[in-house]
Amino acid sequence: MRNLSPMNNPYRDDKVIDACSIFGVMDTSGRRFGGEDVIRAIANMHVRGNGLGGGFAIYGLYPEYADAYAFHIMYLSRKGQREVEAFLKDGFDLICAEEVPTRPTPGIVDTPLIWRYFLNVGQHKLGEKAEDDYVVDRVMEINCSLPDAYVFSSGKDMAVFKGVGYPEEIAAYFSLEQYEGYLWTAHGRFPTNTHGWWGGAHPFCILDWTVVHNGEISSYGINRCYLEQFGYNCTMQTDTEVVAYAVDLLIRKHNLPIEIVANILAPPFWSDIERCPLEKQKLLRTLRQVYGSLLLNGPFTIIIAHHGEMIGLTDRIRLRPLTVGVKGDRLYLSSEESAMRLICPDLDRTWIPVGGQPIVGSLGAPLQPQPATMGGETI
Amino acid sequence: MAKRAANSVVKIDAGGVLYRELNARLRDVASNGVQRIELQNVYGQRYIGTDLGKPVEIEVFGTPGNGLGAFMDGPRIIVHGNAQDGSGNTMNEGEIIVHGHAGDITGLSARGGKIFVRDDAGYRAGIHMKEYQDKKPVLVIGGTAQDFLGEYMAGGILILLGLNLNAGEYHTANFIGTGMHGGVIYLRGSVEGYQLGKEVDVATLEDKDYQILQKFVGEFASHFGYDAVGILKHKFVKLFPRWLRPYGRLYAY
Repeated sequence: MRNLSPMNNPYRDDKVIDACSIFGVMDTSGRRFGGEDVIRAIANMHVRGNGLGGGFAIYGLYPEYADAYAFHIMYLSRKGQREVEAFLKDGFDLICAEEVPTRPTPGIVDTPLIWRYFLNVGQHKLGEKAEDDYVVDRVMEINCSLPDAYVFSSGKDMAVFKGVGYPEEIAAYFSLEQYEGYLWTAHGRFPTNTHGWWGGAHPFCILDWTVVHNGEISSYGINRCYLEQFGYNCTMQTDTEVVAYAVDLLIRKHNLPIEIVANILAPPFWSDIERCPLEKQKLLRTLRQVYGSLLLNGPFTIIIAHHGEMIGLTDRIRLRPLTVGVKGDRLYLSSEESAMRLICPDLDRTWIPVGGQPIVGSLGAPLQPQPATMGGETI
Repeated sequence: MAKRAANSVVKIDAGGVLYRELNARLRDVASNGVQRIELQNVYGQRYIGTDLGKPVEIEVFGTPGNGLGAFMDGPRIIVHGNAQDGSGNTMNEGEIIVHGHAGDITGLSARGGKIFVRDDAGYRAGIHMKEYQDKKPVLVIGGTAQDFLGEYMAGGILILLGLNLNAGEYHTANFIGTGMHGGVIYLRGSVEGYQLGKEVDVATLEDKDYQILQKFVGEFASHFGYDAVGILKHKFVKLFPRWLRPYGRLYAY
């Protein structure tokens, strides 16, 4: 057989060390825009990933079904699809079901079936349970109990598109340039501890919460055990999955503000806490006692998104990169500044945030004030 | 891709060019005796300036990628914009001048040459810089820096000017000089004791320290149009390693 390696690997690398790439852009005025720029930006960080995972989350995606839960489900067999569809018809009012449109794309192979369903809970939920809780339970049931089926996203007016390939290939496969949203996050994967499969690509999602991540969560085991007590079951074989469930628990269920959540996921060191005012010490110690099992250990930069908000956060000693850019109403978060500059050369300002401090963009809220930059007046 | 000018300045449009092709092109051009290269539309191409081995001057317009000037031996790179992570990785000789801020691990493991950053630097600037005989890297940061400045520093000179701090405002970096066992950090402005790693001590400056500062702050000021005399009027502190082998007993029986 012909030796293809000079063509596939012209530089004869026997080992390539890389990292994930993450990118997010939000229009805080709520104006929807197409995916071309986001795709160009994440493609600009192509060399960070290795083609074993790419994905996008889009918000403000399905205005025609804005009040329905939009389920994107991956099937590994027709049997899985039949069983899940029977399950959905039994547990929801099914408004619409269709295969997610795709097109043949070089580099995208062994494709699973991916379908989307627009669902109302209607009269199906039992008792006092909130609709969102009912939906979380159904998602867990599909992922854990039904064969060959994984729910990729389950929020309203949003969806996750992901798979094995470079992110720009995944975008081409799903024709993402044809969609619009006011908030996009994107991910290029360089898998570290688990294999590259369609379910393991980012973003990870529950309801409308999504997370893209660069790094590795070495506390995955303890985080996962803790979340299981609240009914969240990890089935995607990747550490990042716990972050999606953690933010759903902390922000939606426990109603905590993001600043508190940052102090749970990336808490200050004990030595820092000791220097805080007493009241704050008490708060930080309490958080570490109550939510110690949700501390994320290991290096991470994450972009968390849900309707109306995009949040960037790194571990407290910032072992993975994050750059912030602002242009008018738009907030950009990126592993590398060059990706933001490519699609927005005239950013109003750009900076590198401090580890453990969240960068938050909110719908309708002015963006955070400019941090101190070089002035020179004090010389 | 390139237009050869008569005065041996070559302009290269880097837009859409893969970093490997761009660096191959730079090697090509530099080996033809070109003195100056202008790179336009740079968006994240890595390792610019590596493997040239000549004192060629490279002006970068745009945002150069990670590992700018990695293993560089001689060239001078001027960035009109911000630099990303890992600038000057293990560089041996040459200069990197950044008219903006620099990302994480700037100057990591540098063993020679000079890096001047006009604004702030990210985490771990100057990590494991080293020196040997006449090889002594210099990193001057005009703004402030984030945590772990000078971590595991084994040699060289790191100068942090804090020009964007207001009067009375402190640097906020923590773990400064953690694991430091060589070289020196000059810090303009103030830090609290808890911000320093356990392996560093504070001293007041002597005449020879001021001579060093005059030289390199002078160069910094001339690159960016500042007044060196004004900068040097302020108080500096000197951070130096307490031990040459801070972990010498850690693994010994």
